[in-house]
Amino acid sequence: MSADFLYGIEVIINGLMAGVLYALVALGFVLIFKASGIFNYAQGVMALFAALTLVGVMEGQVPFSHLINAVFGTEIHHFGWEVPALLAILLTLCIMIAFAWAVQYFVFRHLVGQEPIILFMATIGLAYFLEGVGDLMWGSDIKTLALGLPQGGSMAVEEWTAGLGGDDFYGFFIDKLDMVATVVALLLVAGLVGFAQYTKQGRAMRAVADDHQAALSVGISLNFIWVLVWSLAGLVALVAGVMWGAKSGVQFSLSLIALKALPVLMLGGFTSIPGAIVGGLIIGVGEKLFEYTIGAPFLGGATENWFAYMLALIFLVFRPQGLFGERIIERV
Amino acid sequence: MKDTVVPYTTPDGRTIGDVLMDMRGITLRFGGVEAIKNISFDIREGEIRAIIGPNGAGKSSMLNVISGFYNPQDGEVWFRGAKRPPMKPFQVARQGIARTFQNIALFEGMTVLDNVMTGRLTHMKTGMFAQALWKGRAEREETENREVVERIIDFLEIQAIRKTPVGRLPYGLKKRVELARALAAEPKLLLLDEPMAGMNVEEKEDMSRFILDVNDEFGTTIALIEHDMGVVMDISDRVVVMDYGRKIGDGTPDEVRGNQEVIDAYLGVAHD
Repeated sequence: MSADFLYGIEVIINGLMAGVLYALVALGFVLIFKASGIFNYAQGVMALFAALTLVGVMEGQVPFSHLINAVFGTEIHHFGWEVPALLAILLTLCIMIAFAWAVQYFVFRHLVGQEPIILFMATIGLAYFLEGVGDLMWGSDIKTLALGLPQGGSMAVEEWTAGLGGDDFYGFFIDKLDMVATVVALLLVAGLVGFAQYTKQGRAMRAVADDHQAALSVGISLNFIWVLVWSLAGLVALVAGVMWGAKSGVQFSLSLIALKALPVLMLGGFTSIPGAIVGGLIIGVGEKLFEYTIGAPFLGGATENWFAYMLALIFLVFRPQGLFGERIIERV
Repeated sequence: MKDTVVPYTTPDGRTIGDVLMDMRGITLRFGGVEAIKNISFDIREGEIRAIIGPNGAGKSSMLNVISGFYNPQDGEVWFRGAKRPPMKPFQVARQGIARTFQNIALFEGMTVLDNVMTGRLTHMKTGMFAQALWKGRAEREETENREVVERIIDFLEIQAIRKTPVGRLPYGLKKRVELARALAAEPKLLLLDEPMAGMNVEEKEDMSRFILDVNDEFGTTIALIEHDMGVVMDISDRVVVMDYGRKIGDGTPDEVRGNQEVIDAYLGVAHD
């Protein structure tokens, strides 16, 4: 096999792994949108907040320490203990669930039946509020997430695949963190699909996504389901925040990963879980392949920044409901 | 004090029992409009109770009060001998009151089987984490619920479409699936909102037969709203007649049929 062909395959593999992460972020949007019709602008900030909280909890940081110090003139910053990673993740998850509950009870419970644009505006407010709270709780400096996840290229894969090509092929370069992220994301996606398909709450969740009135009539509490989907979106945000945070540090730009999910949603449709997965994979592979075959040789590179949006735009023109979205039929 | 009611047996051998639901002086307003004006009536165990009346009489509002979609401004709702506080619809459903809707509210994207299974949600006890950790118990519960659901699917003769997404079904079958879902809850009281609306004669006859069979076979108490007087008179034990939010008649079909006010409401009356 020629080296060019093998490098193409390497590009596709890397694209698929990036795509799984995009799909993961997009899933957070789909969960909430399906069940409540809310487009959650705050999804990206939730990922940032979850990552900040995880770092803060692990390092034993005192939440709101700046505020406390300013008011009481104290000088406290750390509790002086460190929390093991697994326990810290569980604690962070509890905080995300509490956040989900608070969002439902203080905001969206009062906005039931409002126009989608109002709900959307509320999530914008929520995003900036959460960003502020995150800064206030944990400080705004860039943090590193020391979960002990493997970094760098995998030598094993490189050696194992080096024999595939000729002398000018040195084996696939696959990032270890990307591999971990892919496995975790796949497990999470499989778990979510299993949950929606086979459990009582999952069935209730699908029911609410389909028809609110009918759901009420079979004894489903809409409030409970909404807290549940916001909690699941919080879980997704936590995983996405951890994976992205481990890659590039926990800082404000983490919240911008949400923007990467937008083209995925336009491709896959806002209401489809398989759509989010396939959409993520298409965008991941598409942008890497485009960069490799056209972008870098002819356009001066850096096409990954805009390719996804271009693709989404083309999709919007020809198939506005996305690949798997519900068909838009207006009956006259 | 209300008069005590005595259980009795109908000519066709069914037993009509105690008062299951008692509506006392219900008044419902939307802004300045009174949709229901001080109406009282009861529903007894095992009977088929109809609420009829011309368009805009307040029938649907009354059904929505019973099922908790509306809470009345005045009056009391008594269910199984206890006064019911204002409740959300899902709480009412958990008390054992199932309903269908005039415009059909099904989960269009789910299969017939899945739709009917949602009717069992109130009967599923195993919690979220127990389901993940304790697989055996969750599976046993699922199997039990499936048995109930399959029996109802057989009963309503919709086996052939079990795996079909509901969105693809014709209107008449959707109505039947909705009835199946309500029945799956094994309700103490079944509310049917115009079960025969928009149906042709043959479909109406089928639906009438199903309603009678459900009542007979499972002993389910049924309260239904219907526009079509003929069908209602055939299948109901007792009928409440409403007009402009008031109750103008209450009794057996024969009693109601002879009531002058009811005749006027339906046929129109010349005002001098």
